[in-house]
Amino acid sequence: MQRRTFLKLLGTGVVLGAFPKASWSGVPVQGRVIVVGGGYAGATAAKYLRLWGGSRLEIVLIEKGTTFVSCPLSNLVLGGSRRIGELTFNYAGLDRYDIKRLHDEIQAVDADKRQLVLSDGDRLGYDRLILAPGIDFVYDGLPMLASAEAQAIVPHAWKAGPQTVALRQQLEAMPDGGTFVISIPKAPYRCPPGPYERVSQVAFYLKGAKPKSKIIVLDANPEIVSKKGLFTRAWAELYPGMVEYRPNSQAMEVDVARKIVKTEFERVRADVLNVIPPQRAGRIAQTAGLANIDKRWCEVDFLSYESRVVSGIHVIGDAVSSALPKSAHMATSQAKVCAAAVVALLAGNAPDPQPVFANTCYSFVTDRLAMHIAHVYRYDTAKKIMLPAEGGGVSERPTEQEGQYAYWWAQNIWSDTLT
Amino acid sequence: MSRRLAIGLCVACCALPTGVSGDDHVRVLAASCAACHGTAGNSVGGTPKLAGLDRSHFILQMQSFRDGSRPSSVMHHHAKGLTLQEIEQLADHFATQPRLAGQAPRPLGGM
Repeated sequence: MQRRTFLKLLGTGVVLGAFPKASWSGVPVQGRVIVVGGGYAGATAAKYLRLWGGSRLEIVLIEKGTTFVSCPLSNLVLGGSRRIGELTFNYAGLDRYDIKRLHDEIQAVDADKRQLVLSDGDRLGYDRLILAPGIDFVYDGLPMLASAEAQAIVPHAWKAGPQTVALRQQLEAMPDGGTFVISIPKAPYRCPPGPYERVSQVAFYLKGAKPKSKIIVLDANPEIVSKKGLFTRAWAELYPGMVEYRPNSQAMEVDVARKIVKTEFERVRADVLNVIPPQRAGRIAQTAGLANIDKRWCEVDFLSYESRVVSGIHVIGDAVSSALPKSAHMATSQAKVCAAAVVALLAGNAPDPQPVFANTCYSFVTDRLAMHIAHVYRYDTAKKIMLPAEGGGVSERPTEQEGQYAYWWAQNIWSDTLT
Repeated sequence: MSRRLAIGLCVACCALPTGVSGDDHVRVLAASCAACHGTAGNSVGGTPKLAGLDRSHFILQMQSFRDGSRPSSVMHHHAKGLTLQEIEQLADHFATQPRLAGQAPRPLGGM
């Protein structure tokens, strides 16, 4: 590593002791693990590497942003019951785990040399690399939406942050009697029930503030992807006559200035237009050649989350190719399997041959009513994938009690990921 | 005092939560409960703290969720997916975790 990088790491205020080959206590390190990406998956992996790997690991977390904005609960910003600042955190809570934190965007991975290339060209070596790159948007089919200018008019708001706030402001500016149109891409995409929760949250806001307004859902999928019965009933009972759902309606073209979406069948004009583009593994997974499934998602060994394409590199979270839902809880569960496996591998041991973990995902249909889907997932040794165990399922109906549970889910997962 | 020593002392006094026990299988499974029940079962609120919970109480609750004798909105979906052995391993695991105050990160606010 070059001196500049070392200084950059020092600048984070969390460098402990000599870098690179001894920890602060003087015990020789067993290996350096670099985690790239500080979302739910990456931050959790860094923390649990320390909890389970002890002081002999050197852990570096590289994340370009200095704040963490939670996608879970961010649809409530559109409904008006939350502000984005309530979902925004920094990474200071991880400092007690002796994680060297670097806010930088890496250029490339040199897998042969086991090195990362940082933005200024410096190189940083690793023994194991964990990529948690999240998602990128695929604009091949909708090139008119690729620019920041276009997204100022037609936001995706599918990474919580400024676009979430911008979409909320557009809804506030929309006249009563206006039409909100949302375009949902074909699965798989981040957060399977998320688009339908968004519809519910926009309906919640419009019912109170602009009751003559309409919502048109253009879904590229043949039916609602997650919690179908629950969402269908919630819309009919809570927002009668407001939500119009159109399946098999993929956005083929968008007239950005006039906010018109073209599908195979029709042209739909919106007052507020929200197009969620198709997705793939985040950029660095693409450039490192890890996205071998449909050129979009990364195939991994579910015992360790090591890439099936490049050894020494693990991929966790939404970027992984699997039948597992791309949820925050899932990202943290994958991060924990991966962290335990990396600790085992660096110590010369085999990872757990049959990992099991849980996933719970809540959706809000008003400011207070929520419902869940929950499963235990178990490694299938014959198929070599994670499969849902018997007994999982969804709520009978949305309730205020589950709204409370959903709130505490968020508090606890933020605590687990960030402190 | 040198910078390095100062940082070293700081780390020494804010000790890491340790005491993680059991093999990887149960430890990773137990950790996946953290989304609702906090790191090592130390919930920040709203859900029961699992850390330090009596072993037989934990097993009884999970069995009641499984057979429906204790009604639940969510937990039956998890309890039914676990083997009896896993429930016992989880009970052992959480019984040995120290009960600590849950730590909630502070939102930055604004906007």
